[in-house]
Amino acid sequence: MRQINSRKITEAVVKLCQDANFDLAHDVTQAYQAAMDSEESPTGKEVMRQIIENAEIAHSERVPSCQDTGVAVFFVEIGQDVQVTGGSLRTAIEDGVRQGYLEGYLRKSMCDPFTRKNTTTNLPAVIHFDIIPGENFRIAIAPKGGGSENMSTVCMMKPSDGRDGVIRQIVDWVKKSGSNPCPPIVVGVGIGGNFETCAILAKKSLLRPIGQRHADPEIAHLEIEILSKINDLGIGPMGLGGRNTALDVHIEYMPCHIASLPIGINIQCHACRHKETVL
Amino acid sequence: MTEFKRIQTPLTDGAVLTLRAGDNLLISGSIYTGRDAAHKRLVDLITAGAELPFDINGQIIYYVGPSPARPGRVIGSAGPTTSGRMDAYSPLLLKHGLKGMIGKGSRSQQVRDAMVEHKGVYMAATGGAAALLTRSIKSMELVAYEDLGPEAIRVLRVEDFPVVVVNDVLGNDLYETGMKQYQRQS
Repeated sequence: MRQINSRKITEAVVKLCQDANFDLAHDVTQAYQAAMDSEESPTGKEVMRQIIENAEIAHSERVPSCQDTGVAVFFVEIGQDVQVTGGSLRTAIEDGVRQGYLEGYLRKSMCDPFTRKNTTTNLPAVIHFDIIPGENFRIAIAPKGGGSENMSTVCMMKPSDGRDGVIRQIVDWVKKSGSNPCPPIVVGVGIGGNFETCAILAKKSLLRPIGQRHADPEIAHLEIEILSKINDLGIGPMGLGGRNTALDVHIEYMPCHIASLPIGINIQCHACRHKETVL
Repeated sequence: MTEFKRIQTPLTDGAVLTLRAGDNLLISGSIYTGRDAAHKRLVDLITAGAELPFDINGQIIYYVGPSPARPGRVIGSAGPTTSGRMDAYSPLLLKHGLKGMIGKGSRSQQVRDAMVEHKGVYMAATGGAAALLTRSIKSMELVAYEDLGPEAIRVLRVEDFPVVVVNDVLGNDLYETGMKQYQRQS
């Protein structure tokens, strides 16, 4: 049995919260550059120029790239032969969020749904735990802003809608979202499972680096087909018109009930923030 | 390179009439911050016939909830939030003298009609470019509703704050025209 002290987990989470908000990953900044180079709209090009300069400032000055530093969403994989000592795992992660957001001057964005009173700590965090074989402990953060999360949805489609129906649904949804979710977006899609699983699959797909295709060639082909249709919508950077509406489409896929065809669409703004660490 | 037009606040009707959807602007002067909760309070005051905490005539409201400022800094990261959430309140504010709004994302037909009727303009700042936009903000002062935290009304002194005009007094909408221009049949 491998032991990990909860303090180590808290320290790792503090760093993840801040690094994710200050430093956009290389795959993301590379995708910005490609979008700026290929953009036909002068306004769209200027928007991409600002987004690239913004990422450089956030990195060099250690300030949040976006003021909406998001809901702190975690995906935790914990080996069944790992024991957390010195306190509960959930508390260790929450302590890291509280400290990371306070000391990093990150915005605290969590509030009561009705009174709208802020919890002032950015807690609660949303934590997805997965028990895996072995002794590894992997924790990934994907801080998620409100603007793009508000443009996300779950659709319980009919099996007869099929592949074409799913494509239409996703493209129409992106069209309807228009300028709101801060394009160029990354479209996370979960196909199959059930009501809650397709949404979690959609969110989890956003952790995959931009440009990396699904291992199954048929799903990979579907991703490319949907991406092309979305970019033909003309929404463009920040919705001001252009050829770069989405940086990528990521699909996760699994079997579902014989009566169902659930799909989750999780829209991610251009600030595709994800960081992970292995303890 | 993109061509920018420089404008100064407060905005006069004459200045607003010259602005067109698609214009790239650099704004200098004072702009006010406000989002959901502050808008509700302003509209409640107008409805009750009470005085507003600042003279709204000719002013611009920027939809922003900044991150906390680090010690020694004027403001934290300060990019635009989604404007649609303010749609319910904007027509009344335009009627009472508001000239400009800065945010991101599309506005309702009612807000667009109110801009035509009362000579107002809606401008988009680049969402997510919060660290960059902060560089154009030179000072910040509390105006009202400190209890709202990041949602309080503050006045920002800005220099060359970059925006694009989305909706103008003629009823043009850059989100619609821009999308039509670059869409392809697939």
